[in-house]
Amino acid sequence: MKRQIPLIIVLILGIFFFFQFFVPSRISTNILQTTLQWTIVISAFAIVLAIGSLFNHHMLKIRRRKPHWWNSIVTLAALVVMALLGIFGRVKGLEPLGELYRKLFHYVQSPMDQAMFAILAFYMASAAYRAFRARSQEAALLLISGFIVMLGVIPFGSMLWTKIPDIAEWIMMVPNMAAKRGILFGVGLGITATSLKIILGIERSWLGGGGK
Amino acid sequence: MRLKIYALLLAMAAALPCLAAPPGPAASEAPMAAVTVAPPSGIKAADTPNDAGNAITVRWQASPDEARKMIEGYEVLRAETPDGEFIKVGYVPYGFTSFDDQDVPANGKEYFYRVKAVGRESQALSLASVSARSAEQWFNTMRINALVSCLLFTLIVVIFISRAKSGQSLFIRRIAGLAAVEEAVGRATEMGRPILYVPGLSSISDVATIAALNILGQVAKKTAEYDTPLLVPNRDPVVFTVAQEIVKEAYNEIGRPDAYNHDSVFYLTDSQMGFASGVDGIMAREKPATNFFMGMFWAESLILAETGAETGAIQIAGTDAIHQLPFFITACDYTLIGEELYAASAYLSREPMLLGTLKGQDWSKAVIVLLLIAGLAVSLINPGIREIILQMLKVG
Repeated sequence: MKRQIPLIIVLILGIFFFFQFFVPSRISTNILQTTLQWTIVISAFAIVLAIGSLFNHHMLKIRRRKPHWWNSIVTLAALVVMALLGIFGRVKGLEPLGELYRKLFHYVQSPMDQAMFAILAFYMASAAYRAFRARSQEAALLLISGFIVMLGVIPFGSMLWTKIPDIAEWIMMVPNMAAKRGILFGVGLGITATSLKIILGIERSWLGGGGK
Repeated sequence: MRLKIYALLLAMAAALPCLAAPPGPAASEAPMAAVTVAPPSGIKAADTPNDAGNAITVRWQASPDEARKMIEGYEVLRAETPDGEFIKVGYVPYGFTSFDDQDVPANGKEYFYRVKAVGRESQALSLASVSARSAEQWFNTMRINALVSCLLFTLIVVIFISRAKSGQSLFIRRIAGLAAVEEAVGRATEMGRPILYVPGLSSISDVATIAALNILGQVAKKTAEYDTPLLVPNRDPVVFTVAQEIVKEAYNEIGRPDAYNHDSVFYLTDSQMGFASGVDGIMAREKPATNFFMGMFWAESLILAETGAETGAIQIAGTDAIHQLPFFITACDYTLIGEELYAASAYLSREPMLLGTLKGQDWSKAVIVLLLIAGLAVSLINPGIREIILQMLKVG
């Protein structure tokens, strides 16, 4: 019964929302909107569980003095400080706390995010080096086409030969687009099949285990 | 002197009506400057089709002065009666000849529309008003093609499921990335290192995340069997709770509930780059022998995969995010491309019903390819049919 109830709910709601997609009436769209609001409520409850997990995970590390356990103190301190500042910063008379919260967000968290994003450029260079080593015919083809496309988007390419931008565009619009669309067909069918499997109760891994 | 005062008063009296003239459509119809523009013609209003109501579409033919670049745009005005006050409900720049009034107050009630051409120096209101009533529809006719395709696909899948249920063996091609899962888990066990499984960064509403969680169930069964530590960091709180339940149940199913570590599935952060940095830290500290990156990824895909490659782990990635695929292919040992991600659960579990759906997918793909070839051939023979085919494929 523990398994049957979720399966029945999924079957009924799955079929209902499948047909809802084809019914544009006000009642139909209102039901969809209400259901989407429910998911926000569920997410709010899940956040409490998630924060509990984060807290337990790091408390365990600190208690057991696992390697680099002091990083967990920093994480927990940041979690508590930001939460308190965020909550009390809105209270009348405690506005400076709100200001501190904004400063920590703009001058600490945001730059850290941006630094991490900037590292991507270096990883891209190392990945390009690995991808462009012409160890096989396919890799050589990738190297040549990549080189032409890169030349095609910079002024130097057209300086070398005026046809290079056209060739680069052809590579992007014909073979590249064909491959992309081929993948997208598969993805579309895969998404539909997975949804169908879940609605019909064939795929039960999401219940945990095999649904026995 | 008296004559001059009379003349001045007379001039002021003559000017008064102009000063007191109320603003409105009538004022705009009066010549405001030397250069006047022609109004739009052929105004038509009708209920906006395939919607929840409260919308009317107004169409018109452009003012002849648009070609002379004298028109800046068109104002659409609405009134409750033909002689009532027309209120501006929208504006479109020149080049556009239709407007969807999405804020119609009541369904079923008649509303009247006029369109005003707005020039640089003058304005011109359409002569006659047109009326229409908005209504809600119970079926979106622009989605008939999607409905037919879905029903056809369901039929094909059901046929193959029934074949699989009857015991017919179904051939599924070897998928290298999935065939390597067993080997990857075995390697981690031999090395005494954990397995890292990242179920993407998207929410549970993403089908790629659901596919990633299905694979997690299969991987967790293998880690339970081999007693290999499993690490599952999460970005989405709902995905975290589902992942925790899936791993727990997988250990129960294998008969190793004692081996399940509640702390193995944990929440990291909601921040995209914060999550990437957290997972990088785990890879650098814990040195997992195998990394799985399954589900939806964005810019962080390369950061994760490159860090994993530097630690020397076997890496198996799977995503349907086309723009991240090249990064995974470059930095990972095996990559599940697009649909392979959705096939993984069936491939790993080898359940006949799931394999039946895979076969259904393959045959549906064959149908699409045949339709593409037929469409191409017909378009080459008669180019006019191409537009009809494109119209048939459009989903509204």
